[in-house]
Amino acid sequence: MTRSTALPIVLHPVTAIVLTTVLVTGLTGADWRQFRGNDSSSVAPGEKPPVTWGETENIAWKIPLSGRGLSGPIIVGDRVYLTSSDGFNQDRLLVECFDVKTGVRRWRRSFQATGRTQCHPKMANATPTPASDGKRIFAFFSSNDLVCLDLDGNLLWYRGLTHDYPNASNSLGMASSPVVIGDTVIVQVESQSESFATGLDVTTGTTRWHRKQHRFDNWSSPIALINTDPARNLVLLQNMVGLTALDARTGKEAWHYDQPASRTPSSVVADGTIYIPSNGLTVVRPATDANKPPQIAWKNNRFSSGTPSPLVYRGKVFTMNGPIVKCGDTSNGKLLWQLRLKGAFTSSPVAADGHLYYFGENGMTYVIDISGAKGKIVSENELGATILCTPAIADNSVFVRSDGHLWKISR
Amino acid sequence: MTMTRVDCAGLLRTVSIALLLATPTLAHAAEPAELISTIKSVDKKAKGNSEAGRAVTELSQAEPAVLLPVLAAFHDANPLAANYLRSAVETIVDRAIAAKKTLPRKLLESFITDLKNEPQARRLAFEILQRVDTSVVDRLIPGMLTDPSPLFRRDAVARLLDLADRLGKEGQPDLAGTLYKRALTGATDDDQVRAIAKPLRKLGEKLDLQYHFGFLTQWQIVGPFDNTKSKGFNVAYPPEEKIDLKATIKGKLGPASWKPYKTTDDFGILDIAKQISPYKGAVMYCTTEYKAKAASSVQIRIGTPNAWKLWVNGRLVFANEEYHRGMKLDQYSVPVTLRAGSNTILLKICQNEQEQDWAQRYQFQIRTCNVSGIAVHPADSAASLPQTKESRP
Repeated sequence: MTRSTALPIVLHPVTAIVLTTVLVTGLTGADWRQFRGNDSSSVAPGEKPPVTWGETENIAWKIPLSGRGLSGPIIVGDRVYLTSSDGFNQDRLLVECFDVKTGVRRWRRSFQATGRTQCHPKMANATPTPASDGKRIFAFFSSNDLVCLDLDGNLLWYRGLTHDYPNASNSLGMASSPVVIGDTVIVQVESQSESFATGLDVTTGTTRWHRKQHRFDNWSSPIALINTDPARNLVLLQNMVGLTALDARTGKEAWHYDQPASRTPSSVVADGTIYIPSNGLTVVRPATDANKPPQIAWKNNRFSSGTPSPLVYRGKVFTMNGPIVKCGDTSNGKLLWQLRLKGAFTSSPVAADGHLYYFGENGMTYVIDISGAKGKIVSENELGATILCTPAIADNSVFVRSDGHLWKISR
Repeated sequence: MTMTRVDCAGLLRTVSIALLLATPTLAHAAEPAELISTIKSVDKKAKGNSEAGRAVTELSQAEPAVLLPVLAAFHDANPLAANYLRSAVETIVDRAIAAKKTLPRKLLESFITDLKNEPQARRLAFEILQRVDTSVVDRLIPGMLTDPSPLFRRDAVARLLDLADRLGKEGQPDLAGTLYKRALTGATDDDQVRAIAKPLRKLGEKLDLQYHFGFLTQWQIVGPFDNTKSKGFNVAYPPEEKIDLKATIKGKLGPASWKPYKTTDDFGILDIAKQISPYKGAVMYCTTEYKAKAASSVQIRIGTPNAWKLWVNGRLVFANEEYHRGMKLDQYSVPVTLRAGSNTILLKICQNEQEQDWAQRYQFQIRTCNVSGIAVHPADSAASLPQTKESRP
């Protein structure tokens, strides 16, 4: 086998996701440990969150927050972890831990940003979603501060990546979330003035590898391409010049897909197949020869993505551009149906129990049943706040935050 | 007042050393100091990360008595080390509060009010004290209008603003105006300055906000030079070699010579696109002389949506090649050392060729201030309008 042979594609999707999850982090399936979940798929297998809620319906708890953020909550065991940024200059960085069952805050740590904190007013310094390996929390901020804490809030190490690389900043704000692959935490920092990706030792924060990237703005997040042999795990870096696969532990390039890709929505991996927001949507399968670029399975320029990332669920791929959700057949890219929602969407959708959850910027959430031949909106739920984060699903619940509050939506 | 603070600082140092020696839960008396020293050795690119992480873990187990020495250690800590120290402080406090242990309230308050202590550490001490004594806000914040910490100043200004707004609505404009003027003495964030200036001007007050912020408003400018495909950013045109204000230089559109420009904008924005020309694919050089009263460390703070390079006395101090990603007051802070007397500031400001409506701005604002954001004025500058003592921070 060559290094680029990924998960066997004959696996049932759910089996593959579970296997992938276990291989990456050794977890049991109830966690939601990073942006778009444990495997960046946005899918929560086995979870049954409610499909309707309101101010007094199916809200387990709602707690006030002291800082702003577009970062999503993550769930590790019986705890919710969340980042925020506070202050006139967004330079106060907060990492907080809450009890999953009660919402009671267990601890909060604050730090002072060491990098530039300027963002577009819609964004916040706390835009990247934190990540966890089940033992540690990696909280990353637009200012390129990367904080590693244990689950009880004890600081293990701290990196100020703008302190190290002073030009790595974007005055609109950075958004790329970290990803943990094995014992390496990887961040992708790309801007006009300086760009790089780096893999850091999870235990010490020391640099395992550092790679200069093209100097273009980029807000997409790295994702993992997991192999049955953990030594062959790859990290996929998406940007304006394509998608590059690197050995997650060494940073050595495995292959490169050379068509321009979007700079905001992130790719998704399902069954060893990569769905790239490029030329609409381009679906590639890694070649068996590690030195060759991946093979294109299909592409369809009708499946372009706005800010929300694509999602693959139960043999279908879903993209969103503006308020339009499109559903395609993963086998051939054929458009199956489309739905028009209302409003603007920054949050990426999440999926569980046969439903997709689309959180609108205006606080309205559309829950779509995808079990039929056509998608059906089964509920429209109002939270009454601006929602820009990608939510988490765990404990048969949805966890979502605004600038002001964190909710647990649960039966 | 100064003597009191000096005395207080000396007392705190003595107490801190005594507490270090007396901390009972640690195996060796000097251990907290050693741990602090280890933490302060952490540096860029993960240097000393492992050791600092272990030291924080150990230090976090200490009793609340160690809080003051740890806070005092912020004094010369680099920004990374300060965050390690901060984490230790917060962990110690969490444990102490959970165990219903007494925090050293009086010492914390003394630490806060001693202006010689590091501003971030003072603010952290304030937040700790606030957790166990909410009255500290009303007790201390009103007296912090000219505090070295911008956070304390902001809080003090906010209280005065609220009160002045209320008095204005209640039909007491004179009293409101007095409070607005007092608030302006501490305001350095542009939102607060705007919120103060608007009602004050309605009341007929003349304000020189350029002076308030310390903007550099008079420049000699030459250009345009070629920046087609943004390649001019890395081309050293003649002004980078030598500034000769009498020279005629070959530019993109023919011979170019230095010309004087000034801005009258409240926030010091010199708009090249409007005041000179909306050049595209262009480089402009802007220079000004800054007369410093004495050799000093200051910050040059820049706001611009364009790519730029900055030299002080011929030395390149920072460069940023970013176009049209927003502009904000104090967008970039560059620490520089000025010599006594004349200093030459040279700004290279570049416009690219983007055609979108939102990519047409070609402008900058520059001010000189201290690390706290309070204006530092050139020796030969003066407010263009009569300034009361109250209107100068």
